[in-house]
Amino acid sequence: MRLSRKWLSEFVDVNVGDRDYSETMTMSGSKVEAIHLPGSEIKNVIVGKILSISPHPNADKLAVCQVDTGKNVIQVVTAAKNMKEGDLIPVALDGAVLADGKEIHSGSLRGEVSQGMFCSVAELGLTLHEVPYAVEDGLLILQEDCSPGDDIHPVLGLDDHVIEFEITNNRPDCMNVIGLARETSAVYNVPMRTHTPQVKAQGPNIADLLNVRVEAPDLCPRYTAHMVVDVHIGPSPRWIRDRLSASGVRPINNIVDITNYVMLEYGQPMHAFDFSCVEGDTIVVRRAGADATFTTLDGIERRLGENMLVIADENRAVGVAGVMGGENSEITDSTTAIVFESANFNGTSVRTTALSLAMRTDASSRFEKGLDPSMTVNAVDRACELVELLGAGTVCAGMIDVDNSDKTPVTLRLEPERINGLLGTDISFEDMVRMLAKLGFTVDGDLVTVPSWRSDVEHMADLAEEVARLYGYDNLPVTSFNGSAASGGYTRRQAMKNTAGAVCRALGYTEILTYSFISPSAYDMLRLPEDDKRRSYLEILNPLGKDTSSMRTSSLPSMLDTLQLNVSHRNKAVKLYEFATVYHPDGKGGAEEPVILTLGCYGGNTDFYTIKGDTESILSQFGIEGAEYEADASDPSYHPGRCARISCGEVRLGTVGQIHPLVCGNWDISVPVYTAELDLEAVFRCSNTEKTYTPLPKYPPVARDLALVCRDSVTVAALTRCIKAAGEPFLKEVDFFDVYKGTGIADGFKSVAFSLLFRSDEGSLRDEEVNACIDSILKEVSDKFGAVLR
Amino acid sequence: MITQLEQIREKAIERVRSAANLQELEQLRIKYLGKKGELTALLKNMGKLSAEERPVVGQLANSIREKLDSAMKDRTEALSREAMDLRLQEEALDVTIPGKTTELGKKHPMSIVLDETKEIFIGMGFEIAEGPEIETEYYNFTALNTKPGHPARDWQDTFYLREDSSVLLRTQTSPVQVRVMEKKKPPIRIISPGRVYRKDEVDATHSPMFHQIEGLVVDKGITMTDLKGTLVQFVGKLYGPDAKLRFRPHHFPFTEPSCEIDIMCFECRGEGCRVCKGEGWIELLGAGMVHPRVLEGCGIDTDIYSGFAFGIGVERLTMRRFSVSDMRLFFENDIRFLSQF
Repeated sequence: MRLSRKWLSEFVDVNVGDRDYSETMTMSGSKVEAIHLPGSEIKNVIVGKILSISPHPNADKLAVCQVDTGKNVIQVVTAAKNMKEGDLIPVALDGAVLADGKEIHSGSLRGEVSQGMFCSVAELGLTLHEVPYAVEDGLLILQEDCSPGDDIHPVLGLDDHVIEFEITNNRPDCMNVIGLARETSAVYNVPMRTHTPQVKAQGPNIADLLNVRVEAPDLCPRYTAHMVVDVHIGPSPRWIRDRLSASGVRPINNIVDITNYVMLEYGQPMHAFDFSCVEGDTIVVRRAGADATFTTLDGIERRLGENMLVIADENRAVGVAGVMGGENSEITDSTTAIVFESANFNGTSVRTTALSLAMRTDASSRFEKGLDPSMTVNAVDRACELVELLGAGTVCAGMIDVDNSDKTPVTLRLEPERINGLLGTDISFEDMVRMLAKLGFTVDGDLVTVPSWRSDVEHMADLAEEVARLYGYDNLPVTSFNGSAASGGYTRRQAMKNTAGAVCRALGYTEILTYSFISPSAYDMLRLPEDDKRRSYLEILNPLGKDTSSMRTSSLPSMLDTLQLNVSHRNKAVKLYEFATVYHPDGKGGAEEPVILTLGCYGGNTDFYTIKGDTESILSQFGIEGAEYEADASDPSYHPGRCARISCGEVRLGTVGQIHPLVCGNWDISVPVYTAELDLEAVFRCSNTEKTYTPLPKYPPVARDLALVCRDSVTVAALTRCIKAAGEPFLKEVDFFDVYKGTGIADGFKSVAFSLLFRSDEGSLRDEEVNACIDSILKEVSDKFGAVLR
Repeated sequence: MITQLEQIREKAIERVRSAANLQELEQLRIKYLGKKGELTALLKNMGKLSAEERPVVGQLANSIREKLDSAMKDRTEALSREAMDLRLQEEALDVTIPGKTTELGKKHPMSIVLDETKEIFIGMGFEIAEGPEIETEYYNFTALNTKPGHPARDWQDTFYLREDSSVLLRTQTSPVQVRVMEKKKPPIRIISPGRVYRKDEVDATHSPMFHQIEGLVVDKGITMTDLKGTLVQFVGKLYGPDAKLRFRPHHFPFTEPSCEIDIMCFECRGEGCRVCKGEGWIELLGAGMVHPRVLEGCGIDTDIYSGFAFGIGVERLTMRRFSVSDMRLFFENDIRFLSQF
């Protein structure tokens, strides 16, 4: 909302600078976004009077003028033709700056001195809308009441100061001059001048000319209409044009300008129809129903929804209620009779209509917030008053007012102790009454009546806010609450998650954050079969785009996107982790939202075993030592020979592996990529961080290395399990350290080396005891796997 | 004999002290103290001395032996030290060669700021609450006093998962307030950080997914001055004690009175500059007293309890903290960006 301070000064006197004013209004709840000084870029341009015009001695197309600048007479050379002696013209003097920032200096043109430049409207940053008597391609011959030497700013209304407010949704009453004047008067504690429109209404009675029928009172609580006959369409006077321009509204003609002027002043959107276009002399307010299309004022054909409210005559729609009028009833230069519509429409209905027609207008943006139905009459009276003032036509006697609005005022109890209790203040009842009165509330005993324009106030807490903002939020003291002593902190799970992150970083992984929604095509790119459960995802019905329409059920696509981006930026050796929430439909409309700790890496020394080792480190941090890794060739996103499913007992913890080359190809990744997906909740569930001290061994261990030759298909895990079982009771540790294939080992076989540690808690082990263990191990691995000592 | 002894002493000690290395020293030990050494040989002749001479000579011989021993020991130590010094000198490294590091990973910049924020509030006695991102219309809007038809509910602004608008991606972390209040009776002191979603196209300052931290305190006698106190304390810890705040009225459906809190522009100290778009202040967070209707909807008696709530945008906080001017960098995750923090 742009507020002209000149306009404001009609209602209230505040003699403070723009910055002070903005600061004060902001701190009382009307936030100022910007201060505009239209025309402030123009400097040293004054009114000049042409004393004489003579041809340029050396150039046919130029003229040499003697100009009275109020102080002296200067010579100006011009190429323009539309001036004559005696004309008043804006003159840019030596050193002047024009609206576009261009500087003007004295010089000479084809040998004749020129001490300034005559200006056109455009050079002053204006158009024919603001200065209708001007010409587009010539000098601006001023028709204002001014004298040579006058500064051009006040002459063309370029001396206003405009304050731009950001008005919150709940305060539509502040989206107009009177509303902001009311706030200003309350905040500065200065009186406000109110104005009641006076209308002579000397035309025929409206009741004899027009009927209004409201068929949808639920969407149109009030419809007020006035008529004007003998209309003379023409430009508005300067002061109206200036104020509209300052408010960011383009002047059009007197009647349209009046509707806009009243909207800006009162906050009541108005519309003017050409009466001759109203067929059957009847205005019908109804739902669009079967009316399929309608062409609005801007010449665009709109498809109407059947529940949209339209203003119609007996046969067809002439306007979309509260949004925009129709081209078929537009005011034109030949219009002679008009209908002023000043109505109250249901805010939600206007909003949804404007939204689905994609045409948010000044009118709709006001209606949608819910307007005060009691202001339609004052507003339309003001419009008629302006018609008479401007001599734009003859106002008809009487008025049509179909009023189904609920005007029961809201009353609330004023409870100072509750308000003070909420604010932490000690403001007296009397002070509260005084503050509320300034804002238009009336208080009788302890009963507060809320003014009709403040539909946002409906609760004690709302009154508290009114009191607080006039008291000044900054004047509220700063306290710390004691309350019951609380001890804050992380829950166990939160602390564990923090630990998991710290371990990842210690292992060299950097954290990423990615969007929760992915493209549905990502599931194809992961090569998931049609019946994979990750394909049943929750779909965003109104996504920004198809590629962000699926709530991810897998964290891999986001990780692969990120790895791809880093590969394409030629970043070498990247290791990333994410606490990636995924969303599995819970069958009840909602979702389970587990967090998958996702690792991803490429480059450097990374291979399957490094990411597996990192995964083991993470699990070991949570005391999960016995996690099992089982070859998994069934996950289509992974390399069938380099993927392990991880579990702990019955609990599935996740997957680790190398991404399938086809999947890499789908992501346009040309290097081997390794990922791990760990279900954080499962990890926490299996975690065992309870520690108990085990006494240190009293007797020394005996170490032996063992190299076994076995078939390729025998896994290290199986061998280890077998060795452990067979080495009882003295075998304490089994560590795999090497696998060898090549010279000396037959094709299809491998040599696997372990280092074993034997110890007894009873005494130092003798060689025979250790040898017996080894023998039993060798027998077992031979029986089970056909493995032999190398 | 005494003269001989004294000669040995002089000479031997002198030679020991000037021995050039450990081998020479060993030879000297053998020469004087060895089984066939000079001193040993002399002492073998002690029997030939008179009874009066014997103790005198014996004493002298012992003292010479001791002196020689200790001179040897000193010299041995000195020589070993020299040898070690030499070795250490040879072992000297170019300490400016980069160390063998295990490269540590980094926290995402938003996690850094988020964690700091959590720590500050934990220090003030807050707990951390979490809630679902896929929410119902009830928790996201209705329970938060957002009426049917409110613009925030538009399909233009909110992502929906059901045609009847009953399930959506939460647009704020505030529904967690309601979920906590339904389960737990006051005193309540929580913050709830998390992802939220609004239908904004991606640009330098907008993202359809972003992060908020919700705060909620409900107890007996909680006032707006307590809200101010809490936020002043928080901002002081985050930005230092010089950070200057202003509280100005604003509107949110679920708080009343509501406010927005601005921080004085770091760049211009309130004068107005490009950073603050000429205002001198930068919007930091929104807050207010929990609307009594919201409390009552959760079964909390507003005759006894009151509360305040606040919401902080993590992206903005982080952008300001690290002077990041484009929000897209946070979700792009280029390692060259992430490794700067």
